Amino acid sequence: MTDLSPSPRATSLLLPDARTRARNSAEARFRAYGFAAICLALLMLAILLVSILGNGLSSFRQTYISFPVLLTEEKLDKSGTRDIAVMKTVTTVGYMKVIADSLEQVLKDKGIDVGDLKSKDVAALLSEEAPAAIRDRVLADPTMLGQTIPVRLLASGRIDGFFKGRVTAESAAKGTKIKPEQLVLAEKLRQAGLIETRFNFAFITAPDASEKRPEAAGLGVAIIGSLYMMIVVLVLSLPIGVSAAVYLEEFAPKNRFTDVIEVNISNLAAVPSIVFGILGLAAFINFAHLPQSAPLVGGLVLTLMTLPRIIIPARAALKAVPPSIRDAALGVGASKMQSVFHHVLPLAAPGILTGMIIGLAQALGETAPLLLIGMVAFVRDYPGLPPEGFFDPATALPVQIYSWTQRSDPAFVERASGAIIVLLVFLLIMNAVAIVLRRRFERRW
Amino acid sequence: MPLPLILALAVLLLGAGFFSARARAIVAAGGDARRLHSLPSFHGWLGLLAFALPAGGVLLLLVMAGNTAPLGVASLTLATTTGLMGWAAVLYTTNAETRARNRVEALVQIFLIFCSVIAIATTLGIILSLLFETAAFFQQYSWTKFFFGTLWRPDFRGNSDLGFLPLLWGTLYVSALALAVAVPIGLFAAIYMSEYAGPKMRSVVKPAIELLAGIPTIVYGLFALITVGPLLRDWVAQPLGLGESGASVATAGLVMGVMIIPFVSSLSDDIINAVPQSLRDGSLGLGATKSETIRQVVLPAALPGIVGAVLLAASRAIGETMIVVLGAGAAAKLSLNPFEAMTTMTVKIVSQLTGDTDFSAPETLVAFALGLTLFTITLGLNIFALYIVRKYREQYE
Repeated sequence: MTDLSPSPRATSLLLPDARTRARNSAEARFRAYGFAAICLALLMLAILLVSILGNGLSSFRQTYISFPVLLTEEKLDKSGTRDIAVMKTVTTVGYMKVIADSLEQVLKDKGIDVGDLKSKDVAALLSEEAPAAIRDRVLADPTMLGQTIPVRLLASGRIDGFFKGRVTAESAAKGTKIKPEQLVLAEKLRQAGLIETRFNFAFITAPDASEKRPEAAGLGVAIIGSLYMMIVVLVLSLPIGVSAAVYLEEFAPKNRFTDVIEVNISNLAAVPSIVFGILGLAAFINFAHLPQSAPLVGGLVLTLMTLPRIIIPARAALKAVPPSIRDAALGVGASKMQSVFHHVLPLAAPGILTGMIIGLAQALGETAPLLLIGMVAFVRDYPGLPPEGFFDPATALPVQIYSWTQRSDPAFVERASGAIIVLLVFLLIMNAVAIVLRRRFERRW
Repeated sequence: MPLPLILALAVLLLGAGFFSARARAIVAAGGDARRLHSLPSFHGWLGLLAFALPAGGVLLLLVMAGNTAPLGVASLTLATTTGLMGWAAVLYTTNAETRARNRVEALVQIFLIFCSVIAIATTLGIILSLLFETAAFFQQYSWTKFFFGTLWRPDFRGNSDLGFLPLLWGTLYVSALALAVAVPIGLFAAIYMSEYAGPKMRSVVKPAIELLAGIPTIVYGLFALITVGPLLRDWVAQPLGLGESGASVATAGLVMGVMIIPFVSSLSDDIINAVPQSLRDGSLGLGATKSETIRQVVLPAALPGIVGAVLLAASRAIGETMIVVLGAGAAAKLSLNPFEAMTTMTVKIVSQLTGDTDFSAPETLVAFALGLTLFTITLGLNIFALYIVRKYREQYE
């Protein structure tokens, strides 16, 4: 018979025994793991954003030197006749000499002691881009010759780094690009009001600059290139994607062919982006001989990538429209296609639009396929207006970031981080628009 | 002829085609539109398409036949003439009984099918282009040496060693590290959000974690290059004497893991939410604590879906390019040290295809072989994930 004597340990519902305590602490630990996982993920996000912002915000400010420059006629217009062809023979080297002379004069007038620095070291405070700007202004308006004009010129990359804290006297003594005495002179100029660090619009509008001049590098070409590519993606992928979604959702019979198409689309959504780059290289550049580095080719490759990402949300949006709408349309005498295009599609439009904007935002951030079709070249000129502009060489925002990271000057790290901030701002705007649209127009059936 | 002028003329002609066909239909019905079989606008569309489709077809044929000036005066005149013939044919045969709507809808249906087939065309294009160039590569370099070679040393003067194994090892190592970071964090985050978190916390945390997925990979790459790499090198690798380089497998794996967290977390979240409440209630009713319920009832029920999510995340990690380009370096080696720079397949695809190189050299064609292998691996993983989910998922009433 069973031994019915009670167990020696008296258990009570009011006092937890050891096993219950262990189970409860296991519960608390488990819950803590989950919470810690979330905190860890959000911490990584925060570290990422803070690191990018910290590195990149300084690229929106740039150091400029302002002083009056005397455009001496004898050096800039050898013939004295204001003939543009003759004036063009004076290169930026000549203009740099004129500017350097004016700078030395200004320093003498203000009583700033240059110490042991030679005049070429004083001139090295200016960026190598500076004489090009003056030259363009003079060639555009030769009547300026002989006058003294106030100018605001870019300071060189190392001086800019000094005022942003990247370059110090110790690092200048160790390196070869700049001397500590030049930094001292720059500080004196700042105290005299000649050097200032201001907001830098040129970062967004100027084209890219060569490796030695990070202070002049800008995102203008990249932003226009990305804009053109987004236009191509929008114009091509919206009709094709919505048409495919409408066919698959409304008209396709349930047979093997439709299955194959659906499997294909979900596979394409998971293919790595670099494979699309290979496809673009083989099909558009080698086979169709379209120009390399053109926004059109980049847009075509991104369209192929974005198509599955539009078809899937569009199908979901079409599926969400209740069948009663379709039946009602058929009931008043519409054909199937009329019911879809006049009734179902307008009701599914907000969802389709949201999916489209999110797909565009993902396409904006893609780099790998664009690298393979050659958009990584150094492009100095803005692409033209559409439609010819679609065939001009251009670059894209993420590709520009990548090529800046490959350059040796550490000032390009700041530029790349600033470009990332610009890219993230664009993405934030697009995602915010998508969310607002979804909130405003979404209908709950 | 300048393009805006051509576009303006095209719009004019199309509009004229639409309105003229529409008017002709109404005239054919004796002025009363109700006697027509189809709405007048459908007759208009039929007229427009009867002009546009032959004209467009002629232009396309000319471009495919190698005409370099498709928008020149000669080809445009030919196209317009063909279009006018089509338009005239429609106008001549229009009467009140013409099934204009059926014809237009048939044409629209063809267009819809064509758009759907573009997806197949893309896949076919990918496979064909990869196969074609890979075949050309294997004619110049033996496939056994490629798939089983352990040395990757391309030399553009010829006689290079193009072994695949170091690249495969680097890819798998980085992806394994990324999954080791992402799966615990993502899974626990998903469990907490679906089981413990209140609606307010969910509405804040879920979009924040989705934000990690929306950040472009170049941002992660730069983060790896300038922040994580030096951090790991200065605080972990150098004190332990394991490596001197900022770019390493650990850097790329860590950053890639952070990128993949939302994939694991949101897919697992959906799957855990799909487990019916009755299972949880039954377990709680028998006296289990919440964590025991999750560990012994919910997770086993959701396991196929979670495994599928992990496999999909793995395929995403394997195909990732920019993080490894910037974070893992370019040295191909077979090493167990995670703080050494090791490269992956995707990095080599980029580096072999972006250079001023001869396109038919084996050093450039190897990128296509690598691309084909990458495509096969990721496709295989995706199909395997779908198969597992389909085969083992629980069917709840």
